[in-house]
Amino acid sequence: MIAADLLVAQNIGFYLIAAIMVFGAFSVVTTRNVVHAALWLVVVLAGAAAQYILLAAEFVAVTQVLVYIGAVMVLFLFGTMLTRARIGTDSELNNKNWFMGIPVAVLLLATLIIALNDGFGDEQLPTDAPVVTTQQVSDQIFGPYLLPFWALSFVLLAATIGAIVLARRD
Amino acid sequence: MLVNQFLMLGAILFCIGVYGVIARKNAVLVLMSIELILNSVNINLLAFSLRNGSTDGHTFALYIIAVAAAEVGVGLAMVLLMYRNRRSVGLDELSEMKG
Amino acid sequence: MLVQATETAETVLTSGWFLDHAYIIPLIPAVAFFLIIFFGKRMPMKGSEFGIASMVGALVFSGGAAYQWIQRVNGVSEEAFVEPVIKSWTWWQNGGFSFGIGQHIDGLSLTILVVVAFISTLVQIYSTEYLHGDRRYTHFFASLTLFSAGMLNMVVAENMIQLILGWEIMGLCSFMLIGHWWEDGANSRAALKAFFTTRTGDIGLLVGTSVLFFAANDWTQKNLGVSGFSIRGLSAWALSGTAGQAAITVGAVALFIACIGKSGQFPLHTWLPDAMAGPTPVSSLLHSSTMVVAGVFLVARVYPVFFEGMNILGTNVNFIVVIGGVTIVIAAALAFVQTDIKKVLAYSTVSQLGYMMMGLGAGAWLPAVFHIFTHAFFKACLFLAAGSISHSASHHSFDMKKDMGGLRKFMPITFTTWIISTLALCGVFPFSGFFSKDEIIDNVGYSGYSLFMVIGLVGAFLTAAYMTRATYLTFFGSPRGAAAGEHHDEGHGHDAHDSHDAHDAHGHDAHDAHDSHGHDDHASHGPRESGPLITIPLIILATLAIGSGLLNAVPFGENWENLKKWVEPRAEVVNVTGVKEPSGSHGESRFVLTAPSGVVAAEEGGHHKSDCGKKAPESGVCYAPQLNHAPFKWSKAALSLGIVFAGMIISWLLCVQLYTRKNKALVGLTQRNKVLGAGYAFLANKYYLDHLYEKVIVRSIAYPISRGAYWINQNVLDGIVNGAGIGSRKIAGWVYRNVDQRVVDGAVNGAGNAAQGAGGALQPVQSGKVNQYGALLFGAAAIGALVLVIINT
Repeated sequence: MIAADLLVAQNIGFYLIAAIMVFGAFSVVTTRNVVHAALWLVVVLAGAAAQYILLAAEFVAVTQVLVYIGAVMVLFLFGTMLTRARIGTDSELNNKNWFMGIPVAVLLLATLIIALNDGFGDEQLPTDAPVVTTQQVSDQIFGPYLLPFWALSFVLLAATIGAIVLARRD
Repeated sequence: MLVNQFLMLGAILFCIGVYGVIARKNAVLVLMSIELILNSVNINLLAFSLRNGSTDGHTFALYIIAVAAAEVGVGLAMVLLMYRNRRSVGLDELSEMKG
Repeated sequence: MLVQATETAETVLTSGWFLDHAYIIPLIPAVAFFLIIFFGKRMPMKGSEFGIASMVGALVFSGGAAYQWIQRVNGVSEEAFVEPVIKSWTWWQNGGFSFGIGQHIDGLSLTILVVVAFISTLVQIYSTEYLHGDRRYTHFFASLTLFSAGMLNMVVAENMIQLILGWEIMGLCSFMLIGHWWEDGANSRAALKAFFTTRTGDIGLLVGTSVLFFAANDWTQKNLGVSGFSIRGLSAWALSGTAGQAAITVGAVALFIACIGKSGQFPLHTWLPDAMAGPTPVSSLLHSSTMVVAGVFLVARVYPVFFEGMNILGTNVNFIVVIGGVTIVIAAALAFVQTDIKKVLAYSTVSQLGYMMMGLGAGAWLPAVFHIFTHAFFKACLFLAAGSISHSASHHSFDMKKDMGGLRKFMPITFTTWIISTLALCGVFPFSGFFSKDEIIDNVGYSGYSLFMVIGLVGAFLTAAYMTRATYLTFFGSPRGAAAGEHHDEGHGHDAHDSHDAHDAHGHDAHDAHDSHGHDDHASHGPRESGPLITIPLIILATLAIGSGLLNAVPFGENWENLKKWVEPRAEVVNVTGVKEPSGSHGESRFVLTAPSGVVAAEEGGHHKSDCGKKAPESGVCYAPQLNHAPFKWSKAALSLGIVFAGMIISWLLCVQLYTRKNKALVGLTQRNKVLGAGYAFLANKYYLDHLYEKVIVRSIAYPISRGAYWINQNVLDGIVNGAGIGSRKIAGWVYRNVDQRVVDGAVNGAGNAAQGAGGALQPVQSGKVNQYGALLFGAAAIGALVLVIINT
């Protein structure tokens, strides 16, 4: 059994990180600077990795840091540089009809909140769940979920070839 | 901790991502918004995985990360191609799909 | 083995190498397909040697397996259930579900295996001559071989997933082969039509398989240790009495819709005559003898599901028997107005498939399967004879009225084989069709479906009549057009008398394409007999058209009913005690013989009848329902033979009057008499079904959607954008303009205009703006989710 004060600490950690993530996500979609948006996205992704740790998913958290913060963000920054977006403020990052997003997002959020409150209410996460080991995850991937793994390998191959073909100068 | 804490966080990130996809014109920013959506799904998967005591969610979270990496690779290649042809990454200028 | 069963000395089942390894049969052509694709063009015979060799191999393996199956059946008593040879491996698994692949070999699958392998062999040999010099010769053989692999795989399939795999491979090959000469637009259209029409039905296959899986899986796992996809499991589940009536009915109806599409049953039969645009060997193999019986095969394969789901034998009418009966008559009627010889045969195929379906729907399982068997030989022979005519005599034309006539003198072998097959098709004693078709009609009546027996007899009359007409036009009378040695393009001097020409818009679809592919070396020749590569397959098939009926010659007594003994699954309760672990769970043995080998000896001899299909077995399971078998009476056979001969004689007399003597009272009757003319137009337009599909159904679905989308785009999306941009004062004006003017007035004025503008209506919503698409997508998803949430809370 985990001590009550540890649970309190977990809760504080969760809300602190969640607040940072939500703020970062808002900044990603509202900032007028592409590079700033990319940096705010790093904050969100790092926060997500922290939440994974709270959810007892170490391996996924490490992968998140390696793949997302390590590789994907570098790709984004390269993309930004190569397309010579203005490093400074750019007032033309939004659509003419940007406000169309507000009702859609609000409607979606309202729906989700209603559904989640109705479905889960005050249900507690188990406090004594064992940490999922990397071995268990690999047993899953190379056991019952081998077929999606193959499909995914194929997707990655196709994406590699596709990216090369698209970005090649000829 | 409540299950709902994580699910709500996922929902909020998802909706912010949706807003970004609709509102942003710059293709790179749209791709970033899609990353937000994918991450919110991952949080949900792992929360349910912990709740149900299974490891299926971990497996699929990893698969999603891999798919996201592939998607960003292809997406940015397309953005690059678009910039090369048009000197702009504004999605509103892409109207080849107009019927 | 954990399965234990009561075995007595007399019920030890024999097996053999071929029977145990029947799964190899579809692998042979599958390997050959890749060999043809990769090495075919470099081979001396351009890849056809791989195809023919693989089909001969498959034939040898099928024959060996069939022989060993007969040994197995003969080794047990008359009344005992003969366990099929079932094997299953894990094909793939995903998150707890594992999907098997393997073999389910019993009399039914062996019958079809032998037929498919045999006819494929002959058709491939025939094609080496028929398509000699074609520019896509190698690809043709690759597709033909892949088709055989798909069909054989479907036939040996152990479970529904494997069956779907073969089913879809066949659909793909059908598409590729119909469109073989795709340079001609008509051929591509026919290929697309065939593909889309069968795909429409295939939705039913997926839905039905899923429904049955979720309904049956628990029961089959518990009682038999097999998945709910397994054919054996589904059969036993359907007859167990524990199956929910709603689930089994929905599953059976959905599966039958797939059969309607694939087997060209009314109302989805329209693709099959158009499919004649493909090369003649394709029509002969795919679209008459093998692929189109896939639907019939599916019904026969999981017959207990249909038996329970459709309440066969329980009432006087059910879905299957109605569809079959309607198909028989409407397709036979259409065959009268065709001038293309292949289309006559195509409608004849549709009609004969209707017989098979009607038989299955009326509990005449064995006669229907027997009819698959005999029909395959004589219909393949008829198509190949038609191909022989067009290849050597009529300069690639299939038009009976313009380019044929009097050919019996020039093509004696083709003529003889055609006549034999026609007599078999009409059901004349002692040709094979008599034994199978008469059995269907007889059993349908015996089981209480009197109305459908009459329909069957009407169909027999019509069949005899239209086949006589086709025979007369092709082989008798005076030669016309290309058959008289004229060049194809020199006009058609002999068709002035032909009142049907105005409706002959499709007559040239098939052969015009054929012409353009560079074997015009026959252009200067008159009609002559084809070479041995064409006539030898014809002779073999014609021999079987005579002889294959003797395999189950009911009129000659019980000793001749071999197919009944070998093929029909016996409706006996089989004990299954002890359930084994799901296969492959620990990885030590993926190869598990899932068949319980238990057989219960029958308690009584003679005409023993079990209760399978009538009530749930108290212990053990049933794999087949108890069916009726009509006792043969010469009086009934004489009636149907009399009807057939009447049809032939009436049709012959009419043909002589109409086409040779040009009797003034008959020629042009459809133009003078309004009632007959209307009937003719109704037939010539194929009951307007194509109009219904293309003009009414497609438009009525597509147009309102496009109109609605247009309205939303014009009035809602643009409105919001404009309104918010310009300000609230303008909103009032917008409401006036759009709601008052456009909607209210528009509803009054615009009904006509909307229909007019509908063609371009979908265009504006396709603005090309990705963000707008995103907004629509997520907005629609959010609204849909909200509706679900509100309903569920």
